[in-house]
Amino acid sequence: MGQQIVNGLFLGSIYALFALGYTLVFGVLDILNLAHQAVFMLCAFLALTLVSLAHLHILLALPLATVAAGLVGILVERVAFRPLRGRADSNVAGLISSLAVATIFESIALGLWGPDVSRFPLGTVPERQLHLGGAVVQELQLVIIGIAVLMVLGLTFLLQRTRLGRQIRAVAESGFAARVLGIDVDRVIALSFFISSALGGAAGVLFGLAFNSISPDVGRSVELKGLAVIIVGGMGSMPGAVIAGFGLGLVETFTVARFGSSYRDAVAFAVLFLVLLVRPRGLLGQAATRVA
Amino acid sequence: MIAALQELFLTWQSAIGFVGINGLLALSVYATLSCGQLSLANAGFMAIGAFASALLTQHTALPFAAVLAVAALLPAAVAVPLGLPVLRLRGVFLAIATIGFGEMVRLGFVNWDYTNGALGLVGIPQRTTLPVVYLLLVAAAFLFWRLRGSRHGQALEAIREDEAVARTLAIDSTRYKLAMFVLGAGLAGLAGALDAHLTFMVAPSGFGFGRVVEMLVYAVVGGITSFIGPVIGAAFLTLLPEVLRVLGELVGVEPGPLRQFLNGAILLAVILFLPHGLASLPRRLRRWRERRKGVALAA
Amino acid sequence: MLLEVDAVGRSFGGVQAVQSASFGVAPGEVHGLIGPNGAGKTTLLNLISGLVRPTQGTIQLRGRRLDGLPPHRVAALGVTRTFQNIRLFPELSALENVIVGAHRTRRAPLWPRLLFAPTAAREERAVRARAAALLERVGLAERAGERSANLSYGEQRRVEIARALAADPAVLLLDEPTAGMSRGEVEAIARLIRDVAREGRAVLLVEHNLELVMGVCDRITVLDFGKVLADGTPAEVRADPAVIAAYLGSDA
Repeated sequence: MGQQIVNGLFLGSIYALFALGYTLVFGVLDILNLAHQAVFMLCAFLALTLVSLAHLHILLALPLATVAAGLVGILVERVAFRPLRGRADSNVAGLISSLAVATIFESIALGLWGPDVSRFPLGTVPERQLHLGGAVVQELQLVIIGIAVLMVLGLTFLLQRTRLGRQIRAVAESGFAARVLGIDVDRVIALSFFISSALGGAAGVLFGLAFNSISPDVGRSVELKGLAVIIVGGMGSMPGAVIAGFGLGLVETFTVARFGSSYRDAVAFAVLFLVLLVRPRGLLGQAATRVA
Repeated sequence: MIAALQELFLTWQSAIGFVGINGLLALSVYATLSCGQLSLANAGFMAIGAFASALLTQHTALPFAAVLAVAALLPAAVAVPLGLPVLRLRGVFLAIATIGFGEMVRLGFVNWDYTNGALGLVGIPQRTTLPVVYLLLVAAAFLFWRLRGSRHGQALEAIREDEAVARTLAIDSTRYKLAMFVLGAGLAGLAGALDAHLTFMVAPSGFGFGRVVEMLVYAVVGGITSFIGPVIGAAFLTLLPEVLRVLGELVGVEPGPLRQFLNGAILLAVILFLPHGLASLPRRLRRWRERRKGVALAA
Repeated sequence: MLLEVDAVGRSFGGVQAVQSASFGVAPGEVHGLIGPNGAGKTTLLNLISGLVRPTQGTIQLRGRRLDGLPPHRVAALGVTRTFQNIRLFPELSALENVIVGAHRTRRAPLWPRLLFAPTAAREERAVRARAAALLERVGLAERAGERSANLSYGEQRRVEIARALAADPAVLLLDEPTAGMSRGEVEAIARLIRDVAREGRAVLLVEHNLELVMGVCDRITVLDFGKVLADGTPAEVRADPAVIAAYLGSDA
């Protein structure tokens, strides 16, 4: 039981990080960034290359890859979203342009690392097992949960306590009003993409470490889970994304334990579907149905 | 030599078949887009049509026309109870709820032993022929063509532009949205059946998120201001990889990653620089040429 | 009374936007609805047209309850409107906007069109002609083919009125139809409103231009903070001390 909870929290921490980045961009731009999963994948590959070719320690490779992911995020915004701003169809067009960027990223990964599964070299991560009150827990799992929690807290601090955070929240509230208040909206959006992609990238590295298998299409399964998480949590709601992310991790773990692994993926979407029907705005979100 | 030519013809024959089937899929997404709704349930509807038709072919002696009818009507029937609650959602929320439905259908088939789980059904007799594919595509296009400019077509446009206002003009937007949702489901189911009976097999992995995104991309790249765009987009994007492959062989470039890269780059270019899709290209060229002529006359 | 608003109220998260408002509009009557900003005028129009549901009271058209009905049912019963912040279908032409407005009056099924039956073409020609005539009536005959987003502010307002009239409504709700218009345009709108009433339609007019309201209305209801402050002919309202104190005194 205790072991299942740790397993669930561990899986959930990766979902939560991924979904936080997703929902941050949605909150600011009202747009889904379908390239998010490709950044997740690229960053995992980058960390792997830093560890296996440059022989960096993973604790150094992780932040480096995370920052690189952030920079890629700025690029994504520049290429796929900024040119569409102000267009009437920017919602659907943004879905497609970010999908095009994801396709390009996947092709790059395919060219550089090949279609097969890549793995971190042995000894990259601690492989010790810990005994916690009867449960056997991997040390790695606890480290990953710890890193994820630290990043969530860091983001919360950033959004609540810093000038940039206030500006991001202002732009999310109303881009027009923020502009009137003298906020450089373009800069705030670019920085939001940096933060969002850094979180997604970090999730990718942790995912790669946790399952020790990275391939060019590794982001796709997480992408749909991430969608489910941000909807269940309420679009644009950060606490919602964290709660729903951990919640999904726990539910999936217990589903596997109880009904077998073939039902694991179905759970996320069943929950998603029910939540949308019963409470369209998600657990902690804005209205999803038209008022007028 | 003759064998090689034959093989070439066969590969292109199936490509031409896929152009038609993908055209139907693009129209199925266009159905809901034409009243402003981004619904992504169509891979799920396609799966229902594909599996239902394959089972009917394998277990009954029904003529193909009857099998196709069931493949269209069954997903359409599912779309009614699904659409009523789901179409209340707006924008991205509708998209995601329908993605959720599609994934549930796919995972349902993965877990269903009767259809062989993740492996799916194989050895389906090839009953799809090019005339059948194109007859159905033309019929669907004809329907959209006649809808355009009719009372109903104008109501759909009004809903796409501003649903709340359309409602204040006595347009029952829920009914229209549901009708197009059901039509899209039927077209997707039809395409699923044609696909299953062209490729000999159906597997749940063919109906994932990627599939429905593909349909959306056909429609948007072609242009969604009229029904012609999705058909053009499907043809262009279905043939593009084939053409790139042939070109790659001629130039001697390794396929795979580069082809995927070009696919993505072309998609990005169309969406950024041709907002109304490929279908608007002739008009744009004409305008460009007129402007050049104007400049020449002025000079 | 054709349209009867009885003790209608609506609150938004504790704020009472409209409070127990009652008034009636007779066929052929132009009824003004005035009051300072935030008095609840637009909310009242939203309540009548079904975009917002009242929390109290009833709204009736010829004795039939409208409150609780969705907007398309309200419109189908014969109540159409214009919007304060113009809401035309931007990608459609002026003429197409008006044709959409005629949806309520049309019953044409799709199948004759699929079969290229001449009845379908005839019906479409008739609707086009009617829509063109309405555009001419609001003085926009030569702008019929223009994309509505390209029209000037005043032209867009007039297309909206033509679109609402195309439904052949029993009650026409106008939300500040002359905002941003030139003097000449305002006079044309005043004439149009009188003409529409003369056809036996009821017009409910929300307007800031008091000169227009006083000149064109048969009766006026004054709202203040969501409540009915006064109700009567223009002369009665103008003489009402409460109105002078709350509204005219400060504003005009």
